[in-house]
Amino acid sequence: MSVIVTDTGFAPEDFTCGFVALSDIAANDCDYGIDLASDTAPTALVGLTNAAMIRIDFPSFADGRGFTLAAMLRSAGYKGRLRAKGHVLADQYAMARRSGFDEVEIDGALAARQPAEQWKFRADWQNHNYQARLRG
Amino acid sequence: MYTYTDFDEAFVRERVAQFRGQVERRIDGSLTEDEFKPLRLMNGLYLQLHAYMLRVAVPYGTLNPTQMRKLADIADRWDKGYGHFTTRQNIQYNWPKLQDVPDMLEALADVGMHAIQTSGNTIRNVTADHFAGAAADEIEDPRAIAELLRQWSTDHPEFQFLPRKFKIAVTGAAHDRAVTKAHDIGLRMVRNDAGEAGFEVIVGGGLGRTPMVGKVLRNFLPKADLLPYCEAIVSVYNLLGRRDNKYKARIKITVHENGLEKIQELVEDRFATIRAGFSGHDQDLLAKIEAAFAPPAFVTKSIGGYEATRLANPAFRSWTDTNLAEHKANGYAIVSISIKKHGATPGDATSDQMRVMADLAETYGHGELRISHEQNVILPHVHKSDLAKVYAALRQVDLATANIGLASDIIACPGMDYCALATARSIPIAQEIATRFDELEIEHEIGQLKIKISGCINACGHHHVGHIGILGLDRAGVESYQITLGGDGTETTTIGERAGRGFSADEIVPAIERLVTGYLGLRRDADETFLQAYRRLGKQPFKSILYPAQDKANAA
Ligand code: SF4
Repeated sequence: MSVIVTDTGFAPEDFTCGFVALSDIAANDCDYGIDLASDTAPTALVGLTNAAMIRIDFPSFADGRGFTLAAMLRSAGYKGRLRAKGHVLADQYAMARRSGFDEVEIDGALAARQPAEQWKFRADWQNHNYQARLRG
Repeated sequence: MYTYTDFDEAFVRERVAQFRGQVERRIDGSLTEDEFKPLRLMNGLYLQLHAYMLRVAVPYGTLNPTQMRKLADIADRWDKGYGHFTTRQNIQYNWPKLQDVPDMLEALADVGMHAIQTSGNTIRNVTADHFAGAAADEIEDPRAIAELLRQWSTDHPEFQFLPRKFKIAVTGAAHDRAVTKAHDIGLRMVRNDAGEAGFEVIVGGGLGRTPMVGKVLRNFLPKADLLPYCEAIVSVYNLLGRRDNKYKARIKITVHENGLEKIQELVEDRFATIRAGFSGHDQDLLAKIEAAFAPPAFVTKSIGGYEATRLANPAFRSWTDTNLAEHKANGYAIVSISIKKHGATPGDATSDQMRVMADLAETYGHGELRISHEQNVILPHVHKSDLAKVYAALRQVDLATANIGLASDIIACPGMDYCALATARSIPIAQEIATRFDELEIEHEIGQLKIKISGCINACGHHHVGHIGILGLDRAGVESYQITLGGDGTETTTIGERAGRGFSADEIVPAIERLVTGYLGLRRDADETFLQAYRRLGKQPFKSILYPAQDKANAA
């Protein structure tokens, strides 16, 4: 079972429309979430500004592309829900939030190994933030 | 000099607390070794051949006496009483214990220092001209910009898991002492036609297994655009850089494979968006940082008996001939303290030596010290009337070697003595070469010569840009040393050319001796340096000196 991590800790999935890959988007009665791979080309982000939910994959914690994709979506004006999914570490939670993600989706095994307190330890991601300070 | 604001202080304390937690979580199993690795690397902790190694940042190479004394205390308390200054203006401790590292970091935080981002696939410690603020040929002190970049790159949320490491160097002077063309981003301060200071932005330089000279991405970047422009470059690289092959992951390969024009187009496009997010607050902060780097209050006084002492004391005279550089203020000199005593490990300083250097900086040097990428320590502001006293104090602790810029002022990476990646020894080769030239007593006659040694293809010893470069390889279990010639790391950056077949550990020192004494016979006059002679004559005469037998065989 997936666990959704936010600043308040762990919660179950509450997004009910499900997800489809970017290439499979079709007109539908439900606002699907859109799944983006970590190697999504920046040009493919154009036109996603009105999506309800975007979920970016982290195949490995060492693959930092998702952080830049998130930042690009936000700077292009995307206001919807933005989720990092996959192998994200508790130590990367602040990076995810600062890059523009709202939440992180991890699997049960990772949630068992890195329990909620370890994630909540970085719920203070707005503090000590050099980049926010420099941008003013 | 910049000192930490409350914000900086709170940040490093918080970071130490996080790392303490990460060490505990590694020990209790919350973090696997694989997951812990990038976290310890982000805090400067490597696993070496025999032990952990902690690499402490000396941002843009600048230290005050209190910081230097703390480095000495750390060496005594948690290491073996010495530290090693590196080619990236850092200091490394080779023997810390994992459980002590959070305390070492706490001790560093006490004096406004850290080990953040000194390793890992992130933006590394920003380096700068070690003569910054003192050099006579400077447009502006580049350290303010380097500090701004330090703040921007520190803990940058997008850039902690880049395809590969990312190095930035800044220089404010026409003469490039920061090797900017061998960095992922090199920034050279220039003026435009209107007289405003800005940057020439160089991208994609680097040494390692595929050495490349950086290319100009932008001729003139206004100062105010620096952070968003750098952010655009790294953002483009983060998505475009290769992650399938670690040897092709540096931005130099990204630039090479995609072409400079394509990168330019992508960067300018990304820059337009990112620029809009900066409201100008960074420039207010920069103004404060610049004020903090205001020059010290230089005094105008007589240089006393300086010239008379020089005449009376030949050893002092020789030291002043080699170890001083021109200062922008009247009556002052820039002192380079050689951490390259003949036969010693290049870059290693004991805690006692560190304390003496700290005291000298405090008493005679306006409270400033620098670490150079050439692994020496600099007292940037010493009045000439004090030089004799400084020299005498340095002599007491074996720091008065008069060899800056000469054959024995060798850059050498740690090599097989410490480094897990090494394919050959580099420190002992440096020691033997230095000892040999000392015996021959010809290094002053030889003049300016840069010998640089790396213990493997990763080129931490910058051998590609040595006038003579030595690369230690492993050929079927036997060390083999390859020589490159004609490299140059200044504003006229050149990658050295391979001379020919490698030399065994026994042959390499005699080969270097042959090469250098041979040059003495080739040069036009005593003013023509090794590099100039090489450029004039080309590789052939030097090759004939290196491989005499082979040459004969060819002729026969
Ligand atoms: S050049 Fe190779 S041996 Fe030398 S420090 Fe770098 S990785 Fe280690």
